[in-house]
Amino acid sequence: MSTTEISPIARRPIERRQFDTLIIGAGGGGLRASLQLAEADLSVAVVSKVFPTRSHTVAAQGGMNAALANVSPDNWHWHMFDTVKGSDYLGDQDAIEYMCRAAPRAVYELEHFGVPFSRLDNGKIYQRAFGGQSQNFGGEQASRTCAAADRTGHAILHSLYQQNIRAKTHFFDEFFAVDLLRDDDGRVLGAVIFNIQNGDVVVIEAKTTLLATGGAGQIFKTTTNALINTGDGMGMAMRAGIPLQDMEFFQFHPTGIAGRGMLITEGARGEGGYLVNADGERLMERYAPKAKDLASRDVVSRAISIEVREGRGCGPNKDYVMLKLDHLGEEVIQKRLPGIRQTCITFLGIDPAEAPVPVFPTAHYTMGGIPTNRYGQVVVPVKDTPEEPVQGLYAAGECACVSVHGGNRLGGNSLLDILVFGRAAANHIIGYLKENRYHRQIDEAIVERVVEKARRFDRPAEPGADGETVAGLRAELKQVMEDHCGVFRVKDVLKEGVAKVEQLAGRMKNIQINDSSHTFNTAKVEAFELENLMAVALATIHSACAREESRGAHSRVDFPERDDKSWMRHSLYSFETGLDYKPVRTKPMSVESFPPKPRVY
Amino acid sequence: MHGETNINYRWQCRRGMLELDLLLNNFVDKKVDGLTPQQKQTFELLLSYPDQTLLDLLLGNSVSSDPVIAMIVQQIQSTSFD
Repeated sequence: MSTTEISPIARRPIERRQFDTLIIGAGGGGLRASLQLAEADLSVAVVSKVFPTRSHTVAAQGGMNAALANVSPDNWHWHMFDTVKGSDYLGDQDAIEYMCRAAPRAVYELEHFGVPFSRLDNGKIYQRAFGGQSQNFGGEQASRTCAAADRTGHAILHSLYQQNIRAKTHFFDEFFAVDLLRDDDGRVLGAVIFNIQNGDVVVIEAKTTLLATGGAGQIFKTTTNALINTGDGMGMAMRAGIPLQDMEFFQFHPTGIAGRGMLITEGARGEGGYLVNADGERLMERYAPKAKDLASRDVVSRAISIEVREGRGCGPNKDYVMLKLDHLGEEVIQKRLPGIRQTCITFLGIDPAEAPVPVFPTAHYTMGGIPTNRYGQVVVPVKDTPEEPVQGLYAAGECACVSVHGGNRLGGNSLLDILVFGRAAANHIIGYLKENRYHRQIDEAIVERVVEKARRFDRPAEPGADGETVAGLRAELKQVMEDHCGVFRVKDVLKEGVAKVEQLAGRMKNIQINDSSHTFNTAKVEAFELENLMAVALATIHSACAREESRGAHSRVDFPERDDKSWMRHSLYSFETGLDYKPVRTKPMSVESFPPKPRVY
Repeated sequence: MHGETNINYRWQCRRGMLELDLLLNNFVDKKVDGLTPQQKQTFELLLSYPDQTLLDLLLGNSVSSDPVIAMIVQQIQSTSFD
């Protein structure tokens, strides 16, 4: 079914398409869901701003947790305990139980889709040991992470994409989703997208919409995330009146390459590397006299940040410290750390065998996101009900907060999250569509409003007009977030950051781009992305400023302890109501709750 | 200033990995304008490779058996970030 009308702005046709389900985002979460739906003979559209196999899932190297017990004794209940503990007791225990129980099946499904998991000699799937995983509720180390060599995400993404092609999923490659279509009853009925190649706007009417747009590491200056990780689904949700949950919880890695972001693994310090400040002092001796450079990630991250804040940073701007490896000698570095050596040479022109490497904590993973239940339904507080489903809207993966990661995500649980909840959301959608068989009428005024927005930058800027540039505003935002909402969090710094981000958000209306062309207008895409980054940054810094405790990845210098009495609750931030809170779901599906305990490893 | 073709390149340089984003965009910023039409074709072919293959080539974990590809990879690797 397709009709056309003429836009009053550019007189270019607006296409309208109808699908049972619209999925925005083509990473592992989106593609797992679309496959389930396409195989159920539903019409599914997947919208992706880049070619699907260029989604950030491709960068997940580590693997995927599942209690298969192929290497060490294991069961899902131990996996559940580790995940609850890792979340610092902020994770919802019903969702965590669901995920851990579903994990083995998720792995076997991937195997059937063609993912070449690494094998043991006996032919079973190999499982590696990862931090935070234990046997018997905190006992011996468990080996729980299934991997396809060091390219698990790549293998999963490519297999899922091929399966989707086979199942005839409809792809809108290189289309950008601008905003959701949400009617006055709160029901979501699709979205407006535009074709990045030629600027054409398409209205997608959908009975159900799934957001699977990934994380938002690009709100920070130093991040491991690809440029595409701009929190688009989170921004769209916020503009549709939906709060974001637990956004103060952002996982940082202590040693990113300064100014670039990519990781230098802990292995470099494990081999004898150590951090020095501008005075040449081995700084970790002061912060962790025993463990020194092998102290936990949060301790090392905070130490680096404090050194820089107190003026002992290196370089012309004194904004990083140095990781010293050259004392290990070229032979050791080449033998044990060849990848790190190559990365440093490529991105810095520095050979770590000859000179120290500039490092700074790098933002890695967004624990918070669009609040959902374990069926993938987006849920919002309505009067006294904390979790009322938004009809027609789902979210899965890093853009969602289901919440299985709570205050901190365990290694190997992110791929698991996207696959389990991508599938769960699809299954719920299948049931929903049986009861909602027909497209609902959309108020044309709502459609027109979003279409107009999609065309906002199609007019050339006024000659001589003096607006804000996207690149300038984005750089300011990333710097403010790094300085005020990074690993060093204290009330005054956060409050100042809130004011700065609010001020930057106020300048968004003056954004001006000088390119009004229709062909690959990346400036226009980046302007819309910045709007999403701004929304996510506001939610993140407001939530961080308000949470007066240290839990998981949210570490407050002025409130160093976890405070279960006041703060074992989820934060919710929306444009309309600011901050709100809801209880953690501490009751699992079938087993006893894990009560909060100190998170000691 | 970049022509339309280079803007097209810029979107093709949006990848799933930060390392690729940085290396490819840096190359587009500084070197693409100076490429011959044939070299541009080779660059376009390289951009069609899967992310993991590209990463292995650009970080030197593997070497292309095609000397033309190997040459453009070398040019990308040697483009300074300064």
